[in-house]
Amino acid sequence: MPTRSRLHVPVTPARPGEISDFSWLRLSPAGAIARPEPGARSGDITFLADGLVRVLDDAGEAIGPWHPHLEVQDLQIGLRHMLLTRVFDDRMQRIQRSGKISFYMRSLGEEAVSVAQAQALRPADMLFPSYRNQGLQIARGRPLVDLMCQVLSNTRDMCKGRQLPVLYHWREGNIFSISGNLATQFPQAVGWAMAAAIRGQDAVAASWIGEGASAEADFHHALLFASVYRAPVILNVVNNQWAISTFQGFAGGEQRTFAARGPGYGIAGLRVDGNDFLAVHAVTQWAAERARTGHGPTLIEHVTYRGAAHSTSDDPARYRPRDDYQHWPLGDPVERLKQHLIRLGEWSEERHAGLSAELEDHVAASWKEATRFGTLTDPPRLDPHLMFEDVFREMPPHLRRQDAELRAERGQG
Amino acid sequence: MAQMNLIHALNSAMDVMLGRDPAVVVLGEDIGYFGGVFRVTEGLQRKYGEHRVLDTPIAEGGIIAAAIGMGVNGLRPVAEIQFADYIYPGYDQIVSELARLRYRSAGEFFAPVTVRTPCGGGIRGGQTHSQSPEAIFAHVSGLKVVMPSNPYDAKGLLIASIEDDDPVIFFEPKRLYNGPFDGNPNQAAVPWSAHPLGEVPEGHYTVPIGKAAIARAGSDLTIVTYGTMVHVCEAAARGLGLDAEIVDVRTMVPLDTDTICASVARTGRCVIAHEATRFAGFGAELAATIQEQCFWNLEAPILRVAGWDTPYPHAFEWEYFPGQARVVRALRTVMEAG
Ligand SMILES: Cc1ncc(C[n+]2csc(CCOP(=O)(O)OP(=O)(O)O)c2C)c(N)n1
Ligand SMILES: [Mg+2]
Repeated sequence: MPTRSRLHVPVTPARPGEISDFSWLRLSPAGAIARPEPGARSGDITFLADGLVRVLDDAGEAIGPWHPHLEVQDLQIGLRHMLLTRVFDDRMQRIQRSGKISFYMRSLGEEAVSVAQAQALRPADMLFPSYRNQGLQIARGRPLVDLMCQVLSNTRDMCKGRQLPVLYHWREGNIFSISGNLATQFPQAVGWAMAAAIRGQDAVAASWIGEGASAEADFHHALLFASVYRAPVILNVVNNQWAISTFQGFAGGEQRTFAARGPGYGIAGLRVDGNDFLAVHAVTQWAAERARTGHGPTLIEHVTYRGAAHSTSDDPARYRPRDDYQHWPLGDPVERLKQHLIRLGEWSEERHAGLSAELEDHVAASWKEATRFGTLTDPPRLDPHLMFEDVFREMPPHLRRQDAELRAERGQG
Repeated sequence: MAQMNLIHALNSAMDVMLGRDPAVVVLGEDIGYFGGVFRVTEGLQRKYGEHRVLDTPIAEGGIIAAAIGMGVNGLRPVAEIQFADYIYPGYDQIVSELARLRYRSAGEFFAPVTVRTPCGGGIRGGQTHSQSPEAIFAHVSGLKVVMPSNPYDAKGLLIASIEDDDPVIFFEPKRLYNGPFDGNPNQAAVPWSAHPLGEVPEGHYTVPIGKAAIARAGSDLTIVTYGTMVHVCEAAARGLGLDAEIVDVRTMVPLDTDTICASVARTGRCVIAHEATRFAGFGAELAATIQEQCFWNLEAPILRVAGWDTPYPHAFEWEYFPGQARVVRALRTVMEAG
């Protein structure tokens, strides 16, 4: 027996050169987890935080109490939006390599989280995303050209050149501005939801955070405020196993699920197969109903895998096995929904190939359109003097002076 | 001596200190197995183990607080904050705790923590990977604040910081990691191997905290600056054919007013340059101090060159950055005055 304390260091299951290992991942069979009423007391449903809600089984069949029984057309739209997200991401990644944009972040393997959730929520519900939720924008119908112009920091950039690529916002679409600082959006979503309750609105708020960023104090502020005021909010932890090079064990995932933090605060906590479109849709609907009927917040942990590099500045081969993603037990969300639709007789490999080609064309045409408004390297360029606007509602004298100084510096004085 | 860039020099400082002093520990996000997003801690965990070089949760407040506790219990922590832009969740722990622990406990408790963090722009990082927040730390009593401008100083200052019993906030101008940068992004990058201060001793040495350096001796005017701007100002003065004396502040707190004011008293003209926003920036402290001590020697008003008082915009990086054009305008004005 040890006679003194010893510092524990979380174990990373596989590093480069080692064989991928997911034996530690606790799974439940599809259909195995009960579905309580959305108004259930959080203390009575703690099993949801330790199990894994799954609807699609390995054969692509939808089973069990969480089966959302969606219309075929909605499934096809979901597939389309996930695939579009992926095609868009791939294209932006390639374009970053060519130097036309400075930076990009893909959501490969996590498309179901954003797309199914956006589909399960209402247009008036307010979304507070992280930087890996482009699927929310796409599922809410944002034109790709708008996203591309932001990524290009060009003359039609919604952020007027001020933000790093992918840090979008969409006021009309009820999608909040994305911060480069991790976790800040999480408690803000709770505040928005508290305001909805104060003002008697029907809308709920939803926010997303990476499992890595859930270590920040802001995560805990969000849970506490949500619990204290029973705010109508859906708090999502996207557990894609990695935070840049750091395995989720360092965020506390080794001891307990991330969903289990919910019950600790008196909040419903629910763990879901994040690569199962139907399961994500179902739990989101459940949480939205819970919020809308005055039963308060839900913390949802989406178990998924970051299939791509953290960003275009990152090389995951330095810290995880190259083929790690191929061994991920929960598969690929696009492939799984596709198989389900094929099984229903509502899709085929041919239609899928046709859809891919159509979306590739759509992305290519959108890119052509977006670059008409300028790129990092080609005109037209945003007017640099826009830099001084929006610091305040009205430009104070010292910024006016600096604006004039910049004009002189650029030979326009 | 060895050729080192700023990254290697900082790495070498931590390597030397981990090797010499078993109390030294290094902690931060992605710094262990991976070696840090800028590779400053590369190889240290392999060499010293997971109990000396710790990957942490993504929680800057937690990192600083844990470092304080470790420091109180006899360790000498070196905490990395991945970008200075992400230091704010740790700001309360730094300002309310780390800075004042010695004072409030009448010297009975202290935490010899060094906080390393990359700062500054010029890497297309947008508003959340480009900030220079040194002034909001220099403003806090009880913190030493350091920013080197070259590999030799970086290593010597980092070792001095780690050995210092007081807390040190150690800013690393990330645009200088791989080479001196003169402010012109269109010019081919120059490596540190082409610079005399890229020659760095392999073993232990210190550069004292609280001492400015004369980066270039001259007589026409004094440029007081630090970090990336040392190199930008050198190039700007050279371009104008001015015999400028360039004082590299190196340590904001404690400030070496003697070296700075002796130079300004001699030249009678002064330009202050930093990358951080201008309003209530560290340049204001410098200008006030110089004015107090050198008023009767001044032949022209002191001018400040700085970043604009806006967040650091992604698309207008080079219009924001106080490059040679902005420095040149100030140099001309100061030289023509009086
Ligand atoms: C406050 C703060 N600290 C550090 C960073 C740097 N950073 C950006 S992304 C990231 C990893 C986040 O991982 P996770 O939350 O799991 O999200 P994922 O990238 O996996 O989607 C880090 C450390 C930051 N942006 N903000
Ligand atoms: Mg993650």
